[in-house]
Amino acid sequence: MRYMLLIYNDETAMANAPKEQTQQVLAAYGAYTEALHKSGAWLAGERLRPTQATTSVRLAGGKTNVLDGPYADTKEQLAGFYMIEAADIDTAIEWAARCPAASTGTVELRPIWEMAEYIAAE
Amino acid sequence: MDDRSEIARAAAEAAARRSYGKLVAWLAARTRDVAGAEDALADAFAAALERWPRTGVPAQPEAWLLAVARRRDVDAVRRRLSGEAARDHLKLIAEEMEARMTGEDLPDDRLRLMFACAHPAIESSVRAPLILQTILGFDAATIASAFLVSPATMGQRLVRAKARIRETGIPFRVPEQAELGDRLGAVLEAIYATFAEGWSDPTGTDTRRRNLATEGIWLGRLVASLMPDEPEVLGLLALMLFAEARRSARRGPEGDFVPLAEQDIALWDDDLIDEAEALLVRAAQREIIGRYQLEAAVQSAHTARRRGSGTDWAAIRQLYDALLSVAGSPVVAINRAVAIAETEGAPAGLAALYVLGDDKRLQDYQPYWAARAGLLARLGNIKHAAEAYDRAIGLERDAAVRRFLQGEKARLIRN
Repeated sequence: MRYMLLIYNDETAMANAPKEQTQQVLAAYGAYTEALHKSGAWLAGERLRPTQATTSVRLAGGKTNVLDGPYADTKEQLAGFYMIEAADIDTAIEWAARCPAASTGTVELRPIWEMAEYIAAE
Repeated sequence: MDDRSEIARAAAEAAARRSYGKLVAWLAARTRDVAGAEDALADAFAAALERWPRTGVPAQPEAWLLAVARRRDVDAVRRRLSGEAARDHLKLIAEEMEARMTGEDLPDDRLRLMFACAHPAIESSVRAPLILQTILGFDAATIASAFLVSPATMGQRLVRAKARIRETGIPFRVPEQAELGDRLGAVLEAIYATFAEGWSDPTGTDTRRRNLATEGIWLGRLVASLMPDEPEVLGLLALMLFAEARRSARRGPEGDFVPLAEQDIALWDDDLIDEAEALLVRAAQREIIGRYQLEAAVQSAHTARRRGSGTDWAAIRQLYDALLSVAGSPVVAINRAVAIAETEGAPAGLAALYVLGDDKRLQDYQPYWAARAGLLARLGNIKHAAEAYDRAIGLERDAAVRRFLQGEKARLIRN
């Protein structure tokens, strides 16, 4: 199965962290990504710019509404993602627990809804 | 219906549930589709529940269920499932069965199914109902009435949980040794919850809930047969058997509450107690202590009265000390305070109880107030004892226990 690991962190705390700590976090992510690659679980993964660079778009009455900022204000913000291949939720949970974000914030696990499944269910 | 035909009916029903559970587990473990497996077998299971009590259990019950399931119109199943998955799987399972017709049993995947039902990604309150439905084939309405929620709510929770097993990718496997402890704990907790729901109806007037205690024991026996070397599995089964052995002694002829210390030991079931003792001995050989073994050992100490010796309060006190360190809870702490009162006197017990007073949860907990009332009464503090009895009476839902507490309070004031 394919799973999405959505990484949530307190971006203010991250931005205010001392440089040394930021470098440690980056190194941890590097090692984690490397481990995902080596095991063959890695499918995709990127870091996202903070919410100050976020734009939300909504169409209302034929008009495009553009808002600066995220869809919802939360304590922790979406900061990046990985997409991995895992046999089941237990394997995915193991990977999520190894992700550096699991100890600084939250990793949300979502299974990919494969197109073949929802098309067949129609 | 006379007793004999009642027993035959119960045996046939148990056999139908056993075969059904094995087939659901076998199918679900291969498709991760619990609802689909249930659908594929629903009509065949209903037919078995209806026919087997009259015709007797067929020689190969699983093969019988499969043959009926294959004959039925599979349109309903096809609508629910992606493509013809259910029919394909039924075909697969039937072929495997035919290849094994030499009499060998279908592989038993029920343990794997139980671990899926009690997975940490499944909400804890739905785990026991889920196991009752998938392993034993109980319908949502029966489970709902046993767990005191509305049938619609229970039905919805079960449907959601099954969808979650499939969509989240919950595996059907017995966890590796490293993670087995926690995961097995969740399975045992679900089984104990099943038993406890049935146990909370002491007179057994509510048939559905009485059956639940029986089903809890049945599930405990099943897991014990599949994991015969796990000490906590044996401990849980022993604990349930000790409790069950005293069922008919818990109420007097008028339906009055009889406290453990005053129960008529002639009404205890010696066979069940002997079996429980043997299980505890077997569990202890592994020298890995745990919550259920300790709780069962407390029960064992309470039944020492059976052999003419008094209740072994010193042993009970030690067991509660150990329980407090492996599985501390307010309930354990109250029982420990009572044991302290029995070994060191009421003032020491009361002191241990007062330490707990800060825990807000205890303010609404009947056993806390009843224990406090009992100890205050022993010390002759009538005014405060009576107040504590009033709190306990106000919190008790069971009318028989309420009458007992009212009687205790009245006796206290009279003297």
